[in-house]
Amino acid sequence: MSTFASSRETTEGTIYSVTGGDWDQVASEIGSAKEERVVVNMGPQHPSTHGVLRLMLELEGETITELRCGIGYLHTGIEKNTEFRTWTQGVTFVTRMDYLSPLFNETTYCLGVEKLLGITNDVPERASVIRVMMMEFNRISSHMVALGTGALELGAITPMFFAFREREKVLDVFEKVSGLRMNMAYIRPGGVAQDLPDGTVAGIRELIKDLRKNFKDNAKLLIGNSIWIKRTKGVGYLDLAGCITLGVTGPVLRSTGMPWDLRKTQPYCGYENYDFDVITADTCDVYGRFLIRMQELEQSLRIIEQCCDKLDKLDGAPVMVADKKIAWPAQLSLGGDGLGNSLDHIRQIMGTSMEALIHHFKIVTEGFRVPAGQVYTPVESPRGELGAHLVSDGGTRPYRVHFRAPSFSNLQSTAAMCEGSLIADVVAAVASIDPVMGDVDR
Amino acid sequence: MSGAAADWNGINQMGLEEKLPSGFLLTTVEKLAGYMRKNSLWPATFGLACCAIEMMAIGSAGKYDISRFGMEVFRASPRQADLMIVAGRVSNKMAPVVRQIYDQMAAPKWVLSMGACASSGGMFNNYAIVQGVDHIIPVDIYLPGCPPRPEMLMDAILKLHEQIGNEKLGVNRAKIVKEVEASAIAATPIHQIPVFGKQG
Amino acid sequence: MSEQKGSFGIQGTGDTSGYGGLVRSSFSPTSAQKPYGSYFDEVTDELERAFPEFNDAIEKVVVDRGELTLHIKRQRLFDVAKTLRDTETLRFEVCLGVSGVHYPEDSQRELHAVYELLSMTHNRRMRLEVSTPESDPHIPSLVEVWAGTNWHEREAYDMFGIIFDGHPALTRILMPDDWPGHPQRKDYPLGGIAVEYVGATIPSPDNRRSYR
Repeated sequence: MSTFASSRETTEGTIYSVTGGDWDQVASEIGSAKEERVVVNMGPQHPSTHGVLRLMLELEGETITELRCGIGYLHTGIEKNTEFRTWTQGVTFVTRMDYLSPLFNETTYCLGVEKLLGITNDVPERASVIRVMMMEFNRISSHMVALGTGALELGAITPMFFAFREREKVLDVFEKVSGLRMNMAYIRPGGVAQDLPDGTVAGIRELIKDLRKNFKDNAKLLIGNSIWIKRTKGVGYLDLAGCITLGVTGPVLRSTGMPWDLRKTQPYCGYENYDFDVITADTCDVYGRFLIRMQELEQSLRIIEQCCDKLDKLDGAPVMVADKKIAWPAQLSLGGDGLGNSLDHIRQIMGTSMEALIHHFKIVTEGFRVPAGQVYTPVESPRGELGAHLVSDGGTRPYRVHFRAPSFSNLQSTAAMCEGSLIADVVAAVASIDPVMGDVDR
Repeated sequence: MSGAAADWNGINQMGLEEKLPSGFLLTTVEKLAGYMRKNSLWPATFGLACCAIEMMAIGSAGKYDISRFGMEVFRASPRQADLMIVAGRVSNKMAPVVRQIYDQMAAPKWVLSMGACASSGGMFNNYAIVQGVDHIIPVDIYLPGCPPRPEMLMDAILKLHEQIGNEKLGVNRAKIVKEVEASAIAATPIHQIPVFGKQG
Repeated sequence: MSEQKGSFGIQGTGDTSGYGGLVRSSFSPTSAQKPYGSYFDEVTDELERAFPEFNDAIEKVVVDRGELTLHIKRQRLFDVAKTLRDTETLRFEVCLGVSGVHYPEDSQRELHAVYELLSMTHNRRMRLEVSTPESDPHIPSLVEVWAGTNWHEREAYDMFGIIFDGHPALTRILMPDDWPGHPQRKDYPLGGIAVEYVGATIPSPDNRRSYR
């Protein structure tokens, strides 16, 4: 592949493209150039860009004069895919959008389907409590990745090990409850797929103590660390006006001092019954967002403790909506050959109840019908406001599923945050936005 | 090397060099080169989507430590990497980039396609996703899963190590390459392979 | 003798349920009558007060499942949006995004753009919906009102082909720059390939037999 720098004349002056192996030629030509504007391409394959994000930086020395994001390298067409599957199968697609917080994708989608069906108040309380608990655990695991990879990109390697160590414990909880560590498809329209196995709540209570102790490891390493502060204070500045007009939500918005958290302002899934604080900072910079994420971990633990108390009281309650024409029929249990339909359920549908057999068959193959209409259901994901805009035409398949992805909106603000600063600050700013490219590109 | 190598009379006798008769070891160049290559395989950071998170877990979480194989150094620059673990779905926009990164890697290089999406397009059978990264680059080992657990990735890496340790060099390699290509050209498409009892 | 296909003498769709006579019309929301309930009356009244040409600009008001949707004529979209953002009593400061929807049966109104609005001051939500024909898919851009709609409009253009007039840089954002067609339109195929198994192929999801 011969790649020699060619210069071409444009309205912006002479442009030289450097693709490698030709530095001598370029250097000799550039030596005579008067202006020194360089366009550097970071990505899409780059360790510091949080996935396949392409940053095009126009530099003058080390200072950035213009920044543009190139996205779409992970566009999967998930939204179009859901139009060819039933409403319940949509959960497995939608869960893979924001792959660091899959349960939030599932919850917002299921809340939308339930709103279209009109069964929001019929979802059993135990299912809502389990949803809240799993979401808060997901918030913890997502923030751990954000902290770990953010620190790694700025050169601090140990926090990543601590963060992923704690994250493994949370993933063990996910595995115990739903069977999978990631992309669980656990939250289904009408409730959750199956109930918690025995001993889960007790194990979680032990885990909370452990996590609370170990979160201090990362805090001790980074909070007050002079190198960390030098790299993150005053970096990636975006004030309230900028956030509001760009539609930025989540920790970035809360770092401006605005206490906007959908769990408090527009609660869903019973969040109004939990006691927790909305964490804000007032420095509008990367350090503020980092502090917010660290403190949100503690708040999530508080919520999970309250969930455990509620679950103990609701022992034995159903976890799926009572309407058999919508409820996911399978009762799964662990048998000799893995996870499958429990023998009790099979005995019931094959021997006892013809209706149960018909429901099982129709709901799994055809799916339930959702009355026509459109809804928008937002939740507060670790990155900001994640909303599902669902349009139904009355059939068993979605007509249109559009996700308002927080990373997509938040990533627009990189230009506002980084133009005028140094290249190293871009890495810190992007890390503080915490974009997940699956969410951005869908 | 036998497992009961340590004779703890206060003397550590566990090294290979202690076992050699008269200090000579006979092996083939292929085996020696394979041994060296497989024990210091450096992956390139090519995490695309969800599988990348499991790849990060295998690299940094306490339980699934690939440093014991010398592989925790994920090289950012493909020029310094041996193994490209394509972790995640490859979209049509990303495909030329995948090819370019693969081309930039220096031989010997291997590709591990991690996850269902990289191996075959996975659950995303649509306009945006390349149905298997082997449409773009030659893959040495496929790892199914959505996403595959870190232990599964470890297993795939170990199988790849075995494969690398037994790779042929020089004339033998050229012969194998020709044989594989001929068999691939002569192969029946999968859906035309007759099933028992049915006429093809 | 006529050719027989299949074991059960299937003719037509093969639907033996007896419900084959059921015909469902395509969905189009009915305009709601006042009072709308909750804060919707306040919002529409305030908008009428602040925007005198209210009846000219608003095609219909839909209140469904606890959500307010205003269908707006595309020529008046910019003014309505600015009024919604600037009026003290409305203050919809945040636009959460633009979502495109394609209704091919709705002739002359096939492409819809749905704007989701949030008022943090008053803790309210509402939605604006604009329709445009496929033959002339132009909608005024709202980037000057809410800067965050920049990328969302680019996505709507990329996926549906809606052209936003006044957008600073309307180019493809998710698909490669030279991709032909607009993928999320209903007439664009899903684009999958048949999956090969030993002895059979399974067609891609949009070509399979299915229950609808």
